[in-house]
Amino acid sequence: MTRPARRVSPRRILTAIWDFVVGDDPRSALAALAAIGLTAVVCALGLPAWWTAPAVALASLRWSLRGARPSATKASRTSS
Amino acid sequence: MSGAEASLALSVFLACAVEAVEAFTIVLAVGTTRHWPAALAGTGVAALALAALVAALGPALTVLPLGVLRVVVGGLLLTFGLQWLRKAILRAAGAKDKHDEEAIFATERAAAAAAPAAGGFDGYAFAISCKAVLLEGLEVAFIVLTFGANQHDVGLAAAAAAAAVLAVVGAGLALRAPLARVPENGMKFTVGVLLTSFGIFWGAEGAGASWPGGEASLAPLVAVVLAASLAMVAEVRGRAATATVTGSRGAAP
Repeated sequence: MTRPARRVSPRRILTAIWDFVVGDDPRSALAALAAIGLTAVVCALGLPAWWTAPAVALASLRWSLRGARPSATKASRTSS
Repeated sequence: MSGAEASLALSVFLACAVEAVEAFTIVLAVGTTRHWPAALAGTGVAALALAALVAALGPALTVLPLGVLRVVVGGLLLTFGLQWLRKAILRAAGAKDKHDEEAIFATERAAAAAAPAAGGFDGYAFAISCKAVLLEGLEVAFIVLTFGANQHDVGLAAAAAAAAVLAVVGAGLALRAPLARVPENGMKFTVGVLLTSFGIFWGAEGAGASWPGGEASLAPLVAVVLAASLAMVAEVRGRAATATVTGSRGAAP
């Protein structure tokens, strides 16, 4: 009567692809998208664009680390 | 072998070695605790599935127009590279726990011992080994595919991956213990730098940019990404010192 709930649907496949590529770190995927997208925009403006992708990627990486600091345990191990 | 091909082989070898160490730990724990034939069967089925994926998608990717291929490949490599690099920077700076193979081995052994045993073929050992190899290997399979397709040398990438698996399994069988002394974070840091650099290079080319000096600019790009990453490690580490100085000043009467 009813179909099994575990059949493979396009939605499940898209969710699996999303989990695989983006996972728990959407910032990295957004950074990659921004780096390549902005490079294309700079190219379309007729300007040299080779510097755009590294600048955007590295700036995004640094921004994603802005709140990070060594944990208390590690800091105390280092100081002892 | 050109510089780009050597970098391709090195990136795939290191990425595959790191993931193989992690998968080996789980298979070893399940095999020694439960049932070796079932654990090895699970490993074999997963390895065949990954090989089939590479064999099926490799030729399909190479027929894409070069610009489209480079945007897709560059985007994927840059995404994976930034994810690996961010975690490696956090680990190197002491802001994230390092991968502890011995602790993972002990946890997996305890879980395997606690799971109910069934007569005959051990489905638990099969499923856990198969899942571990599939999950750890999937990203490597995509790295093999994307690097190989872009360089039109999926064979070289697959050979580098196979060499890494053989090296890890050989070392593991010789030691008969989890490979806890492999410098996993250093390897992940290197892979992150290489994937990010190749992702930037191919992604920018696919978006229409021309690199000064063409492929010769790849080496300086790797150097820039490495230097920036090391600077970020130092910056995150420095925050502890700053916090300590501020904290001790604040605590003074």
